[in-house]
Amino acid sequence: MANDDKILEQVTNNEYKYGFYTDIETDKAPKGLNEDIIRMISQKKNEPEWMLEFRLDSYRKWLKMEEPEWAHIYHKPIEYQDIHYYAAPKKKKNPKGLDEVDPELLDTFNKLGISLEEQKRLTGVAVDAVMDSVSVKTTFQDTLQKHGIIFCSFSEAVQNHPELVRKHLGSVVPNNDNYFAALNSAVFTDGSFVYIPKGVRCPVELSTYFRINAANTGQFERTLIVGDEQSYVSYLEGCTAPMRDENQLHAAIVEIVALKDAEVKYSTVQNWYPGNENGEGGIYNFVTKRGLAKGHNSKISWTQVETGSAITWKYPSCVLLGDNSVGEFYSVAVTNNRQQADTGTKMIHIGKNTKSTIISKGISAGYSENSYRGLVKMTKNAHNSRNFSQCDSLLLGDKCGAHTWPYIKAQNTSSVVEHEATTSKISDDQLFYCNQRGIDTENAIGLIVNGYAKEVLNKLPMEFAVEAQKLLSISLEGSVG
Amino acid sequence: MLSIKNLSVSIEGKQILKKLNLEVEKGEVHAIMGPNGTGKSTLASIIAGRDFFDIDEGEVFYKGQNLLEMDPEERAREGIFLGFQYPVEIPGVSMNNFLRTALNEQRKYHGLDPMSASDFIARMEEKKKMLDMQSNLTKRSVNEGFSGGEKKKNEIFQMAVLEPQLAILDETDSGLDIDALKIVANGVNKLRKPDNSTIVITHYQRLLDYIIPDVVHVLYDGRIVKTGGKELALELEEKGYEWLKEHAY
Ligand SMILES: Nc1ncnc2c1ncn2[C@@H]1O[C@H](COP(=O)(O)OP(=O)(O)O)[C@@H](O)[C@H]1O
Ligand SMILES: [Mg+2]
Repeated sequence: MANDDKILEQVTNNEYKYGFYTDIETDKAPKGLNEDIIRMISQKKNEPEWMLEFRLDSYRKWLKMEEPEWAHIYHKPIEYQDIHYYAAPKKKKNPKGLDEVDPELLDTFNKLGISLEEQKRLTGVAVDAVMDSVSVKTTFQDTLQKHGIIFCSFSEAVQNHPELVRKHLGSVVPNNDNYFAALNSAVFTDGSFVYIPKGVRCPVELSTYFRINAANTGQFERTLIVGDEQSYVSYLEGCTAPMRDENQLHAAIVEIVALKDAEVKYSTVQNWYPGNENGEGGIYNFVTKRGLAKGHNSKISWTQVETGSAITWKYPSCVLLGDNSVGEFYSVAVTNNRQQADTGTKMIHIGKNTKSTIISKGISAGYSENSYRGLVKMTKNAHNSRNFSQCDSLLLGDKCGAHTWPYIKAQNTSSVVEHEATTSKISDDQLFYCNQRGIDTENAIGLIVNGYAKEVLNKLPMEFAVEAQKLLSISLEGSVG
Repeated sequence: MLSIKNLSVSIEGKQILKKLNLEVEKGEVHAIMGPNGTGKSTLASIIAGRDFFDIDEGEVFYKGQNLLEMDPEERAREGIFLGFQYPVEIPGVSMNNFLRTALNEQRKYHGLDPMSASDFIARMEEKKKMLDMQSNLTKRSVNEGFSGGEKKKNEIFQMAVLEPQLAILDETDSGLDIDALKIVANGVNKLRKPDNSTIVITHYQRLLDYIIPDVVHVLYDGRIVKTGGKELALELEEKGYEWLKEHAY
């Protein structure tokens, strides 16, 4: 396999000298990043000129930027020239049945209570015609079409709805917003696009699961959600099943625009490979997520359950521009072993009477580091605005770290910012109390942790919440011994 | 049911139980009395499986099994229940969820399916009625913000729901007003069955006006220094613990 890669690399490198574009056979761009690679990505995707310009502009800005160092995380330097920035969607060899799938993975699925059908889908087992998920997807797409809802891959959106993409792309997260955002803007491969027309309440949860032509978009994912006036949508990203990816660096962007009276609810369960016990391997997840509550009375709500990744760097934020607009952030971040999470939110109050709520629950175990970092900003004209923040940390054991960095900037006097924080531990007495009632230590931790995170889990769509509960317990397995 | 022989226990090098012997038969209610700091709670903890003690010698058998080799959760599933002297708070975990998990763990251990939600609710209601308890405790988090009396009543309620074979109540009567005391006693009496045994640890004779024990033991300085019938409790009340000193050595 490694040998194949080398040959492939040589071949692609060779062809590169003669002009990359003629090459259709290769499935990977050579390592490294330069304008040619970006042109190649854009051309492979048959993108319009403005899209290429956006990418090149991002790349040029990225070159002048520096990787941020303020987060409470540590990692070896990322070799940006050692990454393949384009790989064609690969045809994987699909297992014929579940008996060909890694038993450890199946074990986790069973613990999560994922149905057999779902297990087959997640592991790529070929399903027979009756069960074929494509047909499910088709009926799903029919429903959406009836309401005029657009839900497709980002690439398709660029082809089929260029005016919408062009209007909103980068309008919430500018391409020079931060180092990782600039990188994503230059090289993103795919992601999701959602448009909910005026006055439409999306009747179903939109989940990446149902997106037709969902290519393998793990590494540099780009999502854009636009809620037109008086619309509503609930969007689900990720799944509880453990996700592996050969690429260590992930830098995604999610942009949300909510127009007047619109509401967008975005839920994430992030369970990328966290690395092994010693902190080897694992995904570096540098994500920029931001919502613009643009119109009056609009609302953007982030809910996240973060259990995976070796490094999580992520601050889903709300810019509350419209008067009376509302921003919410509900987060559970679990770190175990050598995982590091630096996560939180920014609530930027610009409009009058804007409101935001932050509920953050950090759970640290093993030798992990778990930080909450949040900014609440009341700008000059955000009269009579309010924020409430609650940031709790729960520690398992005494080798892990929990940190809270709340930043508050108040530029008017009529607004109120409230911040509460607690740190607690799971005590031996609590565990013994559970043991004495017949509940073993692992289950006891699950029970306590889920109780602790309940406020956030309750915000997830129902089916998701049940799986997420189990996920929390599983993520902490072996953390007390 | 329970057989303790020559049990010596220490913590951080300090000996707490000294060659203690105790036999509890099926269907019996035993009271263990004694002044503070003599090792009553230690004894209860050892039976329940707390692991921060050193067992220097002796053995403990429960239903013929070597109890000291079992995990605390296994002991619980085999029917041992400890009503804690100081019940701990578990924020965020509702009593309902907690007890349902406990009950289903017990059932799983015995090869039974989990209890359905409706059966569980029925069981909770039945026990509340039996104990004359208000219903709102079960919606709250385990012991969180409970008054001292509520915590004790809650222990009895859990005992009622889990239906143990050997219940050990560690000073469940301390700090209770007379009404709460009656609830506790009532609970114990109602659960008294030919197959079950109870060990009531108490500091005062008062509780024994409501729970009539078959056997009364006096624990003093890590040893059982006197064993008798229910009249022993009265004698103790009259003469005070000082009276025991002469028996102790
Ligand atoms: N966890 C512990 N660490 C140190 N000493 C303890 C601990 N638990 C009990 N002891 C000591 O053991 C002795 C017996 O305590 P305990 O069993 O609680 O007595 P009782 O319940 O009869 O009041 C006391 O001297 C007490 O200080
Ligand atoms: Mg005691």
